[in-house]
Formats: sequence, C-alpha cells, structure tokens
Amino acid sequence: MAVDSEAQFHVLAVDDSLIDRKLIERLLKTSSYQVTAVDSGSKALELLGFREGISSPSTPDKNEIEVNLVITDYCMPGMTGYDLLKKIKESSSLKDIPVVIMSSENVPSRINRCLEGGAEEFFLKPIQLSDMVKLRPYLQKGKLKDQQPSLHQEQEQENNSSSSNSSSSSTDNNGSKNKRKAMDDDDDTDDDRVLPEKTRPRLSTSNFTLVSYEEI
Amino acid sequence: MDLGSLQRRYIDFTSALLREGILDGQFTQLQQLQDESNPDFVLEVVTLFFEDSEKLLNELSRTLEQQVVDFKKVDAHVHQLKGSSASIGAQKVKDVCMAFRNYCEEMNQEGCLNCLRQVKDQYLLVKNKLETLFMLEQQILAAGGSIPMMW
Repeated sequence: MAVDSEAQFHVLAVDDSLIDRKLIERLLKTSSYQVTAVDSGSKALELLGFREGISSPSTPDKNEIEVNLVITDYCMPGMTGYDLLKKIKESSSLKDIPVVIMSSENVPSRINRCLEGGAEEFFLKPIQLSDMVKLRPYLQKGKLKDQQPSLHQEQEQENNSSSSNSSSSSTDNNGSKNKRKAMDDDDDTDDDRVLPEKTRPRLSTSNFTLVSYEEI
Repeated sequence: MDLGSLQRRYIDFTSALLREGILDGQFTQLQQLQDESNPDFVLEVVTLFFEDSEKLLNELSRTLEQQVVDFKKVDAHVHQLKGSSASIGAQKVKDVCMAFRNYCEEMNQEGCLNCLRQVKDQYLLVKNKLETLFMLEQQILAAGGSIPMMW
C-alpha cells in the first residue's frame, strides 16, 4: 500500500494556551496536515482511545481518531507534556505514535528527559513554519508503522543509532542554525537559574534536536 | 490620502515597530500565516492576546497587592503572559516578563511591582501600536489596495 499524501497526515496538538493552539493549528494546516487541537493531556488520551491497563492492541475503536503524530506543550496544568509522552509510550496500542514536545523554556535536563522518554524531538517556542517541515519524517514513520510494524521497528533502531552519531558531530555547524533559539533566544537569560551562563555553550540543545536529521 | 501614500505609511510604521523592538520576527511570521482562506488570522490571534493579557494583568495586580504574596501564583501568571507575548511577537512585553520572573524567584515584592508597572506600560504601548496597524491595513483595503508584505 502506498504512503498516503501529506493531506492525510493527522496531527494531534495539545496545548493549554488558546493562543498557542490557534498558532499551531494554523502552522500545521498551512503545512497541509490535518489537525485536531485539544487543551489537555487527558483530553488527548481520551481522543486516542487510551485505556489504562489494557495490554493487547485490539482493533481500533471506531470512535477514536487515527493520529500520525502528537505534538504537545511541556508545561501544562495537571498532566504535563512529559506525563502524556510517558502514557503514550507505555501503552501498547499507542506507543508507536511519534510524539514531539514543545516548550518556551530552554532547559537541557528537561529536553534530555523528554528525548530519553521517547520524544522524537523537542521544539522551542514560538514554533516556526520551518519547524513544521521537520515533522514530516516522523509522520511518515508513524504512518508506515501502522502498516508494517515489524519492519519499521528495526528501521527505527537503525535510525536512532546513526542519527545519534551524526547529531553529536554537527553541533558546531548546525547547532546555531537549527536551534538558533537555544543560543540566541531571550529565554536563555530567563533560565539562568536552570541554565547558567558558563555551561550554556556545552549544553547546546542542538545535540538533542538534530536526532534523525538527514540534511546534516 | 492616495493608496501609494497609505501603503508607504504602513511600511514605515511597521518597520519602525520592528526596529524599535516593540514587535519582532514572530509577528511577521503570523502575517505570513495569513492568507485568503484565513484573512483575519492575525487579528484573531492578537485579539486573543489582548483578552488574555488584560485578564492576567488584573490578576497580577490583585495577587501582588495581597498582604502575603503568593509568588508561585505570580510567576505562573507571568509565565503565561511571557508565552503569549512571545507567540505574537510582542518583544518588549516578553522582555519585561523575563525580568519579572527573576523577581518572582527572589520573592522580591518591590521588584515585582516595578515590573508590573513596566509590563502594563509595554502592553498598552503594543496594544496601541497594533490597533493603529490594523487601522492602517483597513484604510489600504478600503482604498482598494493590498497590504504590503514586510518580508
């Protein structure tokens, strides 16, 4: 079965801020993705048909939507983006859905934790149109996984090991370009308490955000 | 005023806002997301920002006037204001919010009150400027022209 066109990619966006929801919705639609936007992690899980304690992936409930990617804000009341990520990754029926995390704060330990928790990528807010393009490989992976689960689990392992090599060597060149916000954004000074000036150059978030970028 | 002059005035006005740092590239990004299918996108988002900000500023005044200030609450509000101002490109508002959060962390009431004054000023300034900007856009459209793209 051929991969469907972009217009068929469905993204579930989660953010408690109405302004940011409107923004991400517009960004995603402009990029020809289908969007459903919700204001909380619990609503997201509900839509995804998450059921606590059910271990076997059965045929999907007809009322649930099919989602190719979840993009969620980190800081949300109640369930954080990280909590949502964990719930998705711990669910046998949902774990293959790629999850991307967004945050207005440049906190390396947070970014690291999310990536280690299974997030594909971590975007700094405000999200740009150029960030939308970066979603495509995850969406394609997510869609293909639906159709051929075993093949793509292997592929993912390959990608992970090769991309972690490439990302660490590319921080100097692409770091400032790709995650310009990590370096230049005002958020840096804002987070002096979590990201002291002198450690900033070493703790470039571009290490993390370049996972699986082929254009390196 | 003829269309050409209106458009020139619009360009000068917008350039000045960007140059003075009242608005930043994020605002331009919003404009780029607007098109025929979503002709009021910027207006909608900015209106949400005005509503949200006014609520937050009122809450902030109230919280900081308490006998015992709940700095965590103040910080949460400032965090939200910082986020929304960043999302629409209201750079100066965002900048004050950053300093504001530092005072919250230090639990410095004086510092916070000072920042609240500043953030209110900057908010009113950007609100005023944006309202003027939208008015200039309406004038251009009414004269049968199109709004110059600033990117």
